[in-house]
Amino acid sequence: MVEQSTIEQNFDLTEILGRYKGASRDALIPLLQDVQDLIGYLPKSAVTQVANFLNLPTSKVYGVATFYNQFRFDPVGKFHIQICRGTACHVKGSARVLEALQRELNIKPGQTTRDGVFSLEVVSCIGACGLAPAVCISGKVHARVNPDEIKSLLKQYKEQKSAEVTV
Amino acid sequence: MNVITIEINGQQVQANKGEFILEAARRAGINIPTLCHMENFTPTGACRMCVVEIDGIRNLVPSCAYPVADGMKIQTHSPRVVRARKTIVELLLASHPDDCLYCVRSGSCQLQELAEDLGVRQRRYTGAKNNYQPDHSSPAIVRDPSKCILCGKCVRVCEEVQGVGAIDFINRGAAARVATAFDEGLNISSCVFCGQCVKVCPTGALRETSHLKRITDALQNPDKFVVVQHAPSVSITLGEELGIKAGTDVCGKMHAALRRLGFKRVFDTSFTADLTIMEEGTELINRVKNGGPLPLLSSCSPGWVKFVEEFYPEFIPNVSSCKSPQQMMGAVIKSFFAEKQQIDPSKIFSVSIMPCTAKKFEADRPEMKHDTTLPDIDAVLTTRELARLLKLYGIDLEKMPNEEADSPFGQRSTAGKLFGATGGVAEAAIRSVYYLMTGEELGIKELDALRGMDPIKEAHLQIGDLNVGVAVVSGLSNARILLDQIKAGRKDIHFIEVMTCPGGCINGGGQPIGTDIQGVTKRMQTLYKIDRTEELRVSHKNEEVQRLYKEYLGEPNSHKAHELLHTHYVKRKVTI
Ligand code: SF4
Ligand code: SF4
Ligand code: SF4
Ligand code: FES
Repeated sequence: MVEQSTIEQNFDLTEILGRYKGASRDALIPLLQDVQDLIGYLPKSAVTQVANFLNLPTSKVYGVATFYNQFRFDPVGKFHIQICRGTACHVKGSARVLEALQRELNIKPGQTTRDGVFSLEVVSCIGACGLAPAVCISGKVHARVNPDEIKSLLKQYKEQKSAEVTV
Repeated sequence: MNVITIEINGQQVQANKGEFILEAARRAGINIPTLCHMENFTPTGACRMCVVEIDGIRNLVPSCAYPVADGMKIQTHSPRVVRARKTIVELLLASHPDDCLYCVRSGSCQLQELAEDLGVRQRRYTGAKNNYQPDHSSPAIVRDPSKCILCGKCVRVCEEVQGVGAIDFINRGAAARVATAFDEGLNISSCVFCGQCVKVCPTGALRETSHLKRITDALQNPDKFVVVQHAPSVSITLGEELGIKAGTDVCGKMHAALRRLGFKRVFDTSFTADLTIMEEGTELINRVKNGGPLPLLSSCSPGWVKFVEEFYPEFIPNVSSCKSPQQMMGAVIKSFFAEKQQIDPSKIFSVSIMPCTAKKFEADRPEMKHDTTLPDIDAVLTTRELARLLKLYGIDLEKMPNEEADSPFGQRSTAGKLFGATGGVAEAAIRSVYYLMTGEELGIKELDALRGMDPIKEAHLQIGDLNVGVAVVSGLSNARILLDQIKAGRKDIHFIEVMTCPGGCINGGGQPIGTDIQGVTKRMQTLYKIDRTEELRVSHKNEEVQRLYKEYLGEPNSHKAHELLHTHYVKRKVTI
């Protein structure tokens, strides 16, 4: 099992914050986006740093960040699952696929499984409408996913993962 | 011309240009229900409970946020409006836990009241009930997000009045709720436990951590010697919670009631307010003589102390080392009193009745222990909880006789009593510091500049050859203003009294819910009246305080006094 460190690293945001010198609270969203681009997610220490930098309560910054789907608060897993909720996929039943994923992984979109293997994200359209409903796992697109297949699909990835570890 | 005429429900009403419909209507005696509206705050229009119909405007508009205009014709209770309000309440109830019978706010809950007023008698909408874990992590405040209707008042009070910002909305849509940063427990947030959010919450989503059971248990325990103290403001506000006219001082009756509850001694925290003045006054004089650190910051308000520890740690050396009157009382009860009465301090169960939720936190602090193990205070009740206790024991306060508090901590000056309102600590301190520095009485000056509801008040006063500057603040966002001035180099202020709650303890987070500014002002007038009409008006003439020094403590700031009555604080690491 992969141990996820509970003690957070203190991420260095000097460079990003430098770019926002003198910025007002209007800069909050772009600033958070830059931080997420750099680190891959929004760790607590980064949210706090951004809050202190903009002179806002951390609760406010966290509140704003949780309002938008684009921000995540856990590092992405070994396998990052993006499920398309665009119109075509929706028509073809992506809601049920999402349900199945949440049930199997026991996480919600934006979260990462405790063992750090899978993370889940809802995206608006990945441009694979012909393949609807589509799920993209760490860059590989799976077409016409049937909710009943989710279990075995995840199992494949999981095995791939343990195979890597044992080598 | 700033006065215009509008028509409400067919009746001509005078309105001021620029004001909102709600205000004009209320003045005309028309009550429009609200949930998110807050006096003197910019409206958010979040709840839409206050909607009205305006001639020529298709949609209903929120009256709390819609300005009047000349000739406007408004319907506040038309069938369409009432139906809309009722639907809002019904939708809120659809996801609301059906907990009224078990809820601390049953009877004072605005949601319950609206459901009743609007005649909600059927479940027209059913939905999944909110099912969030209540947060019991803090020693003072319980948050139950399932009962939250997202009016946003707590968020606004916390940020705009208290300058803390411990909570905000998180998530969106159906998942939206109020939480701390990272949705963690309140205990590790920047919350200072002032309880102002509890006072504005329309529902049972916020409440104080109850100590009632601790007390009923102790009262039944034959091995415990249960004593009680009551803070200066409690006797002024308790009556309101029990239906007695606002501003009535029920001190004597409350003493009798507390005895009937089974407390073996009833002490008056105003006594230790006087003691605080002796200690803090002496500390101020010493700091002036020894070159600081100045200004001396008062330390009786535990929310404020936590605020400094979190947001202004550079000012910790300025904070008076004096414990608060509650904690001083706790300390002398388990030392002087215990020795005198030959009671083992561990057998004493010491209760305090406070206007404050943060006092629960203070009593819980590791610094506040007798002999480093035994808490000086064992349980803290808010004014609201005391009222509940009296009801539980079937005690009719109005029918009680007037009785005195108990020696050796029963006497008080009116200066000590003034601790209940913003400015009172400073006024009491000046009266005694003047005497301690010059050996002469100031004469009873009522320091008008330090009285009243203004958020920041200042006075300068010549004492000997020193021009002493005193500032008084209430509401922590105002404390920020003053501290920032000091940081920027302001030097004329020697003493700052800070009370966490706007108006001071009379408006504390443990006081009766649903009071407005006028109500708080009435309470303040009652305190001033006590000061005007009684004889003993300065702390240094309190004979029981003098006796305590003579028999036990030595003199102010003595070694013994330091051991029992003083403490110090350190920077606190929380998410700010
Ligand atoms: S918050 Fe109000 S409506 Fe909800 S359970 Fe409590 S009393 Fe009833
Ligand atoms: S108790 Fe005071 S500081 Fe804490 S959340 Fe409520 S208003 Fe904010
Ligand atoms: S906790 Fe109370 S005051 Fe805060 S948003 Fe919810 S209902 Fe309103
Ligand atoms: S009271 Fe007007 S919108 Fe809430």
